[in-house]
Amino acid sequence: MLFAVLSGFLVALFAPPLCRLLRQWSGWFFALLPLALIVYFAGFIARISSGESIFFSYRWLPALGINLSFNLDGLSLLFVLLITSIGALVFIYSGSYLGRNPELGRFFAYILMFMGSMLGVVLADNAIVLFVFWELTSLSSYFLIGFDHDRAAAREAALQALLVTGLGGLALLAGFLLMGQVGGTLEISRLYAEADPIRSHELYLPILLLILAGAFTKSAQTPFHFWLPNAMEAPAPVSTYLHSATMVKAGIYLLARVSPILAGTPMWEYLITPVGTLTMLVGAYLALVHTDMKRILAYTTVSALGLMVMMLGIEASLSTQAAMVFLLAHAFYKGALFLVAGAVDHETGTRDVEKLGGLFRTMPFVAIAAMLAALSSAGVPPHLGFVGKELIYKVAFGEGGSEFMLGAVFLTNISFVTIAGIVGFRPFVGRRREFPRIPHKPPLALWLGPFVLAALGLVIGAEPGLIENWLIAPATAVIESRPVEYELKLWHGFHSSLLLSVLAFIIGIVLFFGWHKFRKAASYLIPSEKWGPARWYSLLLEGLAATARGSTRMVQSGHLHIYLLIIVCTTIGLVATSLFNQKWSLELWRWSNAYAYELVLAGVIVAATVAVVKAKSLIAAVLSLGVVGYGVALVFLLFSAPDLAMTQFAIESLSVVLLALVLFRLPEIEHYSKTRERVRDALAALALGGVMTVLVLSVTAMQKEARLVSYFAEHSYLDAKGHNIVNVILVDFRGFDTMGEITVLAVAAIGVYSLLKLYLKRNGRQGGNQ
Amino acid sequence: MKSLILSTATRYLLPLLLLLSVYLLLRGHNMPGGGFVGGLVAAAAFALYTLAQGAADARKVLRINPRTFIALGLLTALSSACLSLFIGLPFMTGLWSKDKVVVIGKAGTPVLFDTGVYMVVLGVVLTIIFSLAED
Repeated sequence: MLFAVLSGFLVALFAPPLCRLLRQWSGWFFALLPLALIVYFAGFIARISSGESIFFSYRWLPALGINLSFNLDGLSLLFVLLITSIGALVFIYSGSYLGRNPELGRFFAYILMFMGSMLGVVLADNAIVLFVFWELTSLSSYFLIGFDHDRAAAREAALQALLVTGLGGLALLAGFLLMGQVGGTLEISRLYAEADPIRSHELYLPILLLILAGAFTKSAQTPFHFWLPNAMEAPAPVSTYLHSATMVKAGIYLLARVSPILAGTPMWEYLITPVGTLTMLVGAYLALVHTDMKRILAYTTVSALGLMVMMLGIEASLSTQAAMVFLLAHAFYKGALFLVAGAVDHETGTRDVEKLGGLFRTMPFVAIAAMLAALSSAGVPPHLGFVGKELIYKVAFGEGGSEFMLGAVFLTNISFVTIAGIVGFRPFVGRRREFPRIPHKPPLALWLGPFVLAALGLVIGAEPGLIENWLIAPATAVIESRPVEYELKLWHGFHSSLLLSVLAFIIGIVLFFGWHKFRKAASYLIPSEKWGPARWYSLLLEGLAATARGSTRMVQSGHLHIYLLIIVCTTIGLVATSLFNQKWSLELWRWSNAYAYELVLAGVIVAATVAVVKAKSLIAAVLSLGVVGYGVALVFLLFSAPDLAMTQFAIESLSVVLLALVLFRLPEIEHYSKTRERVRDALAALALGGVMTVLVLSVTAMQKEARLVSYFAEHSYLDAKGHNIVNVILVDFRGFDTMGEITVLAVAAIGVYSLLKLYLKRNGRQGGNQ
Repeated sequence: MKSLILSTATRYLLPLLLLLSVYLLLRGHNMPGGGFVGGLVAAAAFALYTLAQGAADARKVLRINPRTFIALGLLTALSSACLSLFIGLPFMTGLWSKDKVVVIGKAGTPVLFDTGVYMVVLGVVLTIIFSLAED
């Protein structure tokens, strides 16, 4: 199981070289991984559909109660199969869509990483594990949106998506931690048993709000919806996979996953349903005013996500069923439509529906896929979209619904019908236009994905029994925490919801033909451009930058010696106060133990230190400093710390090289500072030296009581199989610290590198006059 | 500042110092040494070469971009720590082979981890030295 989850990451490591080897076949090759995963997970279907949950646990940080635990139940299985099957089709598609891109390997590395993270999100049972994978999806989405990193728009959109979903993720972490505190465990499956105490706890509202913040940002609910349309800067397969079929549904998954714990209160319903309804309406409206195919689809995705959230907010098992069926229907038809948009863009060079038309003859399979998917999204029988929509109407008519909800669903339905016409039919029928690129017949890889997805929507819609018992029912049973009676049917007979469907269809068709006029009228009313949440976001970002600039100007003087002074004084303050609060003795009688050569060495070090301070030229100062360093290294050697001594020697030698490289750029020593400043600095330096001397003397005086030395001496060989205690501590006992340290080192190196390169670049532009 | 003596000497010193650095890395678990000091010695070898022959030549001898070393090192350290997860032990549990391996002696994940440290240190120092020396 762990291997299945991490396989995406493992393959991602080798994606770039594999891509160079396989070229145009890489898409087909990488699709083997999700296909293998489908086979692996399909093996669990029989056990899952009988209501079983399968747990896997690996010890990760047992001391903190965090284990890599995974839980495969009906809900996770539904998502796993969705992620892997759409993943396979998207990989095949990407191999052709980005076939000529030299960075294809990088692309596959990111998207494989994403697939692994997404599997982790839906399989994790431990809340911390879920959070880690959740953030990994945000991170891989950042890389994928910004894949075309030469364009500023792509970089901005990537950052926006990362900030919005990443901040939501932090809220989610806080929510999980609070929930774990109240419930006494971080395992979600065990929290199910603690649902009642959590719901009645005073922290219930903060927990709910924090978790909802995570879900709403990820699933692009109003007012956080703006990042999703901007994320369309990503290549089409990414928009398909992340921003319509899987990642944005992580929020839906989260709501479904925690609903046995948190649902069932008025708060749950009052918070979730209105947000979902509003998002649904906002998305449905904004989809109608745009002309870029992908942007239109992004807004309908926002709308569909709102619809699912709304359904999950209602307390009725029928609404949960409706949400799950619609989720599947939406993944199929919207995935297909996004792939179609990509294929059209790939062949014609434009995605503007105003400029498209008459493409059926060039790309018949793509066109058929587009039309089938569009019919499903318009809710025309016998597509799965119809089954989902009928269930939603039924909920709105039922006891959880209201007239307002019914009206909202009706309006959204009209918008979906119109959009289906605009995206699914308009580009393929009518007069053929002039395109920026002469379209060719798209290859198999480009039409297979949309075609299969659209066909799935049709087949399952015509025979919903195919998925009812082994996919939808177990998922719903998990969310409702009890088995649910299911009766998915295509045809429910004539009743009021069917009448509304037909009416919505007719109005939608009328709107399709009057779309130009509608857009002209509506363009005066686009609120999102000026005062919408996207504007709040940019204001917030600008405000943050301004605050950072202001505080930097206040705190950072830019003078190195001031920084040093602050650091030195703080150290003195902290060490001295804690020293004076303790009992210590210097045991100065140990002077008599000193050997003559030790005293000589000490004398040399002191003399060299004086020479550094008194030096008239930089070279002299550097050399004297080197003497101090080597002297200290000798001290280490004399007191049997060869590891330290070796490291000190190496560091000293390297410092000399580094200084030699920068020295000739620096001006000669001049007396910049006044005498008063020099006295101040000298006092601080002497004080620090004094404090350190006292510290070292008192620490070494305590040596006999120390347990550490004997502990490590005893355990280093038995537990870690090493005789060198220093090394064993570094790589084993305190290995985690070392890992943090090398990461910091790496970050520092990147910082130095980019600062130097930026500096040189700027100077190069100005003619190098410095 | 080309010096004939220095540039001739470094040609012979570079492989010797690199050998020493690997020796330090491998013996580190039982005797003084380890990944950190090994990486420093290797970096010093290349730093010497840079002083004698210039950064461009040093890059050619190194072949791999030092920044790649940083990434590889972090990856090695992380994967050595993750290995234990697959056999059901907590993150970063040290695993050791039962039999002795030629040259290395005992092989185990801490040695792999130390190799990661070695590569990170080498990469970091050389990244800084090359960017300072090249402009």
